[in-house]
Amino acid sequence: MNRVSLTWARFSWPTFLVFLTLILPWYDSGSESVFAEAIGDKSWLFPIVLLTGILSILALIDPNWRRHALAGPLVITGLCWLFLQAFTIGLRGPHWLLILDLFPSAVDGQTGFGFGAWALVLALVGALSEVLAARGFCRGDRFASFSVIGIASLLGLFVLFPILKLVFAAFVSNDGVISIYPFFSRLVAPDLWGAACLIGAGRCGVVINSVVLGILAGISATGLGLALALLVSRTDFRMKRWLRALSILPIITPPFVVGVAIIVLFGRTGIITVEVASLLEIRPSRWVYGLPGILMAQILAFTPVAFLVILSALEAINPTLEEASTTLGARPLTTFRKVTLPLLRPALAAAFLLTFIESLADFGNPIVLGGGYDVLSTKIFFAVVGAQYDLGRAATLSVVLLLLTVTAFAIQQVWVGRSTYVTVSGRSDAGLVSPAPPVIKWIAVLMVAPFVFFTFGVYLIVLIGGFVHDIARMELAPTFTHLWTAFSFEISDTGLQLYGSAWNSMITTLWVSALSAPLTMGIGILTAWLIARQEFAGKHIFEFITLLSFAIPGTVVGVSYIAAFNIPPIDMTGTLWILVICFVFRNMPVGMRAGLAALAQIDRSMEEASQTMGAGGARVLRDVVLPLIKPSVFTALVYAFVTAMTAVSAVIFLVSARHNMATAYIMGRVENGEYALAIAYSTVLMLVMIVCVALMNLMIGRRILGRRLSFKEGSPS
Amino acid sequence: MSRKNLFIGAAFALFPLTLVAQPKELVLYCSVGEEWCRAQSEAFSRETGINVLMTRKSSGETFAQIKAEQGQPRGDVWWGGTGDPHLQAAQEDLTQEYRSPSLSDVQDWALRQAETSGYRTVGIYAGALGFGYNSTLVTANPPACWADLLDARYADDIQVANPNSSGTSYTMLATMVQIMGENPAFDYLKKLNSNISQYTKSGSAPIRAAATGETAIGIVFMHDAVAQAVGGAPIMTVAPCEGTGYEVGSMSIIKGGPNPEAAKLWYDWALSAKAQEIGATAKSYQVPSNKNAVTPPEAPKLSDVKLIDYDFAKYGSSEVRTALLARWDAEIGTLGK
Repeated sequence: MNRVSLTWARFSWPTFLVFLTLILPWYDSGSESVFAEAIGDKSWLFPIVLLTGILSILALIDPNWRRHALAGPLVITGLCWLFLQAFTIGLRGPHWLLILDLFPSAVDGQTGFGFGAWALVLALVGALSEVLAARGFCRGDRFASFSVIGIASLLGLFVLFPILKLVFAAFVSNDGVISIYPFFSRLVAPDLWGAACLIGAGRCGVVINSVVLGILAGISATGLGLALALLVSRTDFRMKRWLRALSILPIITPPFVVGVAIIVLFGRTGIITVEVASLLEIRPSRWVYGLPGILMAQILAFTPVAFLVILSALEAINPTLEEASTTLGARPLTTFRKVTLPLLRPALAAAFLLTFIESLADFGNPIVLGGGYDVLSTKIFFAVVGAQYDLGRAATLSVVLLLLTVTAFAIQQVWVGRSTYVTVSGRSDAGLVSPAPPVIKWIAVLMVAPFVFFTFGVYLIVLIGGFVHDIARMELAPTFTHLWTAFSFEISDTGLQLYGSAWNSMITTLWVSALSAPLTMGIGILTAWLIARQEFAGKHIFEFITLLSFAIPGTVVGVSYIAAFNIPPIDMTGTLWILVICFVFRNMPVGMRAGLAALAQIDRSMEEASQTMGAGGARVLRDVVLPLIKPSVFTALVYAFVTAMTAVSAVIFLVSARHNMATAYIMGRVENGEYALAIAYSTVLMLVMIVCVALMNLMIGRRILGRRLSFKEGSPS
Repeated sequence: MSRKNLFIGAAFALFPLTLVAQPKELVLYCSVGEEWCRAQSEAFSRETGINVLMTRKSSGETFAQIKAEQGQPRGDVWWGGTGDPHLQAAQEDLTQEYRSPSLSDVQDWALRQAETSGYRTVGIYAGALGFGYNSTLVTANPPACWADLLDARYADDIQVANPNSSGTSYTMLATMVQIMGENPAFDYLKKLNSNISQYTKSGSAPIRAAATGETAIGIVFMHDAVAQAVGGAPIMTVAPCEGTGYEVGSMSIIKGGPNPEAAKLWYDWALSAKAQEIGATAKSYQVPSNKNAVTPPEAPKLSDVKLIDYDFAKYGSSEVRTALLARWDAEIGTLGK
């Protein structure tokens, strides 16, 4: 280590601390540094100034300050005091009157964290990671230690804290009293658990509605997914490639358009409803609104997920097992029933549970097609955004929804975790894949055919709906008026003027996606590397929290962010950043999984070699690991970008007039019956996504290809 | 590398539009139809160069939002929507008193709205409540009165908004109470509930559904029904024979909003004759409140409608509105749809 870096290591965080205590504004705009504020009337900030002062003096006199007995306690006390004062003294004074005796000036209250406060949190977290690393955390690797502590703090702040705040909000009554009673009275409300519809007498509660919908969607999507997977991998069916392509469509389809297309096809004046009604000579009805409509839309959206899960399991079955069964004299159908299906059981279960979770979390389809069929996600939405702002009720419903999904998620984890069904071992891979029995093939074709026609019809509507006069009334004269309403502009002498009503939301959406995608990817890959390659205390809890953020439905995230970040100290609602942060922590687990999968295939020896040559954790990650896992870096980036453009359930709570998102704008149009405009905008959004992904491919993808080719050419195999 | 530079260049080209420039802007909460909201914001932007950030929400929802944001208001002006929630907002000190120099140009009914609220809100248009039916679905013996809507022929075929979110629907609730008295009004709404297929969020959504044939009858303001008919839909507009209530669409400045100067500019401008004539170009046929503004020929003539003497002060007061909505929730909302 040379001298410069030694000096930097010695002064880094404590120097930073002193700098920002004296300079950066502590609160939002117009405030002064924490030092000036503490000397002023915010006397409760003084301990912070004192602690950082002692810490920096310690670092100045003792080059080995990290190992000093006082360093740890000082940093931790600093962090604790920082948050304690922020949470006890709010915008309108302290929450406990006792505090007024200690700090009489607290009666005026304080605003939320500003630049200075956040920088101080960062510096203290950094100092904490140094102190821990010096004591052997992460085998003394300072970079790894900082990453672990940093990511853990972020997860704590943006995943755990909002959820805890949400649970807390469920226990607060409408006039602000905290007790267990409001939670129970909200929990046992008859509109939650009523089961009258099951015996054919009236309506069910929202919880029952959601679960029934989830189970039906799960069974249908899994069945269809199985049929599709069999057709693709076990038959000579000719349209295989198209079926695979079909599975990508729902990922880039903005929410609501599928619902709108279903209304255009099957609504009371829908194309198909009217035809069928005139054929049977009955009065067209509103049958599609409610369970049938939502179910249709969800099957369309979730079958591809089930298909991919089952397909990978089907392709992983060792053909020798089926061959053995055939050799022993079993008929094809018997082999299928007694060998193939049982081997697929865990995949089927996983597909069912995944669809079940997605169905519970789905918001876009029920809100368009629900009619009078309430589900948890829409009920939560109306409790917060509707005319009666009732956070306690929304929180209680969210807790129920969260428990349901986390339970399903846990069951799925346990199921998939059991590896006794793995039949490909790498030793003998001989044998040909046996084709599915003809009966099965024809059943599969019969199941898939309506699904394919249906998908085709829906996307046909989506394709033309935005560019004809009025698709709902079947006026098919081509027009660009809808597009122009959304995206009109003028070039005058003052420059480009954007008048279209959709510009604001489009630009915000692009910004949020562009800001959140690299962050998501970075944090996700870093987390994957930490989990796969580092050993540290508390790793299991760390892993659990990242998994947890995966299982939380978007609606719950949205409500929890409102509950947590609407008031100081962390006052972020209505900003662009809350949207970015929301996406980063919702999509981060996906980046993490891509990273984990890639890392599992790379031998540690290369990293160990560079470590032996003296490279630190950061260097190994940058120069060895990242180049090797570039494809999954790209996958994570694209996924993060695309989801940020199409997600709706969480952002619908977080958008504002200042920062509106495309999906929220589309929802407003759908609600207002402006279907053509909604469809036109969705088409533009899909185009933008394709163009952006292609651009990213150009920027990163080229280099991946080059690197990988040369790697392959260079390697002996 | 040049490709990368191009990409970064493109990103920066968009940058000024969102984060840096825009020294002048106005956050507008708009509660009339989306199309009118758009036209009005665009016209204001063109005239003043102030960028309008507009969200369209029903008046009940906007009221809830302004109330939720009370500690830290994010909106500047609440423009449009029925007068009752505007009056309630004034009473709850959510909106700002402002005596615009243009007040002298407005009709008496609009000025009365300002006087009732202590100049925290003002009328910008008026329109009568009624309903519209789809003439391809309802052919024989069309409904002409409120009582006709209870006919079993229309089972599951009528839509109206939810009064919690929609000012239109609250106007209907208050109208029924004023015509029939409170208890008979709730009996009527309970019976009507069996014919309702859905309580929508937005007040004008029912007539849009009727226009496409998704429902047969939509209970809305008459001008909304007229707009659909002008747009080519087979919608017939009905002024109920028992008499009906009306709205004074209002405008208020939100207290403590981020751009108070721009808000006043909007307020004065929105009361001008020229600004009030924009509605007709966006298929909104309300009666404008400026004396010099031309009433669109399509607008339902208020003189032809049997209007009740709607008590805005009473039904716009916080206590009465909250109590009526709570009773609706308890007696009608729980029946479910």
